[in-house]
Amino acid sequence: MPLKRSFSNALAAWLMASPLAIVLALFLVLPIAMIVVVSFWGATEFSIYPAFKLDNYEFLLRSSVTYSVFLKTFMFTVISWALCLAIGFTVAYFLAFHIRTQTWQIVLFLVCTVPFLTSNIIRMISWVPFLGRNGIANQTLMSMGIIDEPLEWLLFSDFAVVLAFVHLYTLFMVVPIFNTMMRIDKSLLEAARDAGATGYQTLTNVILPLTKPGIMIGSIFVVTLVMGDFITVRFMSGSQSANVGRLISNDVALLRYPSAAATSVVLLITVLIVIGIMLRFVNIRKEL
Amino acid sequence: MPEQRGRSFYVLAAFFALFILFLYGPTITIAILSFQGPKGGLTFPMNGVSLHWFYDLFEQQAVGDIWGSFRRSLGLGLMVMVTTVVVSVMGGLAFRKRFAGSGVLFYLVITSLIIPSILISLGVGLIFNQLDLDVHWTTSGFGSQLTWTLPFGLLIMFAVFNRFDKTYEEAARDLGATSWQTIRHVVLPIIAPSLIGVALFGFTLSYDEFARTLLTAGSYNTLPLEIFGMTTNVTSPVLYALGTLTTVFSLVIIAVFILSAWWLSRKRAHAGNDAGNGLV
Repeated sequence: MPLKRSFSNALAAWLMASPLAIVLALFLVLPIAMIVVVSFWGATEFSIYPAFKLDNYEFLLRSSVTYSVFLKTFMFTVISWALCLAIGFTVAYFLAFHIRTQTWQIVLFLVCTVPFLTSNIIRMISWVPFLGRNGIANQTLMSMGIIDEPLEWLLFSDFAVVLAFVHLYTLFMVVPIFNTMMRIDKSLLEAARDAGATGYQTLTNVILPLTKPGIMIGSIFVVTLVMGDFITVRFMSGSQSANVGRLISNDVALLRYPSAAATSVVLLITVLIVIGIMLRFVNIRKEL
Repeated sequence: MPEQRGRSFYVLAAFFALFILFLYGPTITIAILSFQGPKGGLTFPMNGVSLHWFYDLFEQQAVGDIWGSFRRSLGLGLMVMVTTVVVSVMGGLAFRKRFAGSGVLFYLVITSLIIPSILISLGVGLIFNQLDLDVHWTTSGFGSQLTWTLPFGLLIMFAVFNRFDKTYEEAARDLGATSWQTIRHVVLPIIAPSLIGVALFGFTLSYDEFARTLLTAGSYNTLPLEIFGMTTNVTSPVLYALGTLTTVFSLVIIAVFILSAWWLSRKRAHAGNDAGNGLV
């Protein structure tokens, strides 16, 4: 009887999980497999043909462009991550420890979350009137007499790219950090104060260590989103800057699918390594 | 014991206000600029105030197939939303117990979340291409978007079930309910407000998705693809008008979902049951 029951339980779990497994098999596992396969294929100007050659990887790993583009991708990632973390932590800290009623916490949390549910493309476009040559930023700075002529590097530059990343993705930092902060037992903070800790000491010795899982989850989001991006870099840099995602999308536009696939494989491996390292510090399933 | 607000509160409050301004400022700017006069440009100053650019949107020939793409995005969003809710709930229920392969499946879900979107687009596009199938938003586009919405739906379900009080189920079982009856009459009503959250994510993430639909939508664009196409060849405030309209649309959708979640949990609170109350 217990055996039969555990068997039917397992079967039920399997049935329940099967739609998820099927979708992921068809639209995640198969596509990855396909990319890996095609990365060894050859390409003519108009079509791709099955083969097993390492040309695509050889070309990719021999080109100095690859290394500078990967370097640039890491640069965008590290800068955006650091800014998202600093801003996200501060905002979450304010919401979790300085807002006293739950209603206000929920309201302000929702105010932070809503933009995440609107279109990224529109949020990028919306920087144009602010950063453009005749935009608000330049007009303000000029009328204040800080600069004499418009700054050219505000829009369509690496600065704009990082700004957009921070604008789009800080939310991914705020939500998990806020979530872990809300689970910190408030009596621990009282204990720290009773033991004579200053606010700053409480922050660094009590809150920060307990918030680490949330920080790691937020970091994983931001790092993967920035590393895998191609559209933000293309739009905000005015096609002047490149990251790995753009390398792939350029190859796709030229129908050089095997080359795009090889770059994708290298990008995926890079992302997985970075995430693998980060996951060593946190057990995601426990933290939800 | 109400204490005096310290200086750190005001500093942090100012920081928070700046953050909100940073989040909303640009969107508000284009909302204002979309009311430019007919001769106005992409930046301030305003050259008169008019609805000119909104009228422009309704003229088919002025800008591509915006309304067609809006209808497709709406349809796709609803398809993705329903599928995400159903599959996530089933997945969430399944994951409450360990089963053979649950570890692998969990890591696949995480992979789905962190994989660069363009890889899904490229891989699915390649498969359809090699099978001589036409990519279409209802097939390849639909599946690709699910790889983005399902992980979010599932993570929300994990969060919900981690906080779920199992004694309700045990009580139902002790009263002789079958497992289906337990789910239908006990579990689902308790988690209903969270399902609205899953639905909201499913719809809005799909409605705004760009990278995963780029190579999988086929010859009929979804709205984000249409808008991105416009950024390269439209240099008038009509772009802002469109941006403002779809943002307003998103905001209305979000408000409807949040209000119904609030209404549901309030109704439940009146019924004297506060199980599963949470932020999500």
